[in-house]
Amino acid sequence: MIVYKYIAEALFYAFMLLTFMGGFMAIRSKMLMHAVLGLAVSLFGVAGLYFFLGSPFLATMQILIYVGAICIMIVMGVMLGSTPDQLAAKNFGGRNIVLALITCSTGFVALFVAIGQTKFAPAAERVGDMSIRFVGENLLFKYCLAFELISVVLLTAIIGAIILARDGREDKAL
Amino acid sequence: MMISANLNTYLIISAILLVIGLYGMVQHRSLIGILISSEFILNGAALNFMAFNRFIAPNPAVGQIYTLFIMGIAAAEAAIAVSVIIAVYRKYRSEDPEQVQDMKL
Repeated sequence: MIVYKYIAEALFYAFMLLTFMGGFMAIRSKMLMHAVLGLAVSLFGVAGLYFFLGSPFLATMQILIYVGAICIMIVMGVMLGSTPDQLAAKNFGGRNIVLALITCSTGFVALFVAIGQTKFAPAAERVGDMSIRFVGENLLFKYCLAFELISVVLLTAIIGAIILARDGREDKAL
Repeated sequence: MMISANLNTYLIISAILLVIGLYGMVQHRSLIGILISSEFILNGAALNFMAFNRFIAPNPAVGQIYTLFIMGIAAAEAAIAVSVIIAVYRKYRSEDPEQVQDMKL
């Protein structure tokens, strides 16, 4: 039976690697389409980490919403924008790499020290479990406001996106 | 020792996701690249919420609801950002943030 634990641990390493590899692909690639592909790979790895955190529901939602919807929307944006070779020529070398490296290493070291030095105490008692049923009951009764609020935010975003992207379509032939 | 059952592992993974997003935001040369990097930052935050939810939260549904909320906000943000980028591209014929100086469309 112990072998299952090792298989699970190896899968954890694989998902972690997937997350980081996707991230590096997204920030270091010259083509925007490759960057979106890296984002999708990385989000898939994070979905696997959610599975390890005990929530298969959120892992599914991550794949559905992030990989399925947001990445496709960004791909649309990429295809409606500049041509790939224009952008590839510009992205060659990048901009502000020294500045970016300084920012990131400082931030990471600060966070690493903070994580290492803090003692997180678990809660004294836990009520409920990680099941979808419990999440649904909480979402519809106790945290009903968040549920209603996110639907209003999404509706506003849809209307705003339509208004913003429709502007100037009549007078200019594209 | 199993690192998949340790809170600090997840916190460091989400710190690395945040740092990847920051790097991309500073370094990328196009608005879409900056949008992609912001998705990494949001994902780092969501993973943090889920890690605390799994290991120390008293009510294990709250972190999942937070993460779902972050996903919804990210979807709305991506929709608005993509449409703004399309409008900016129509006006300026460019996706370089340095060439977009005034926002009057």
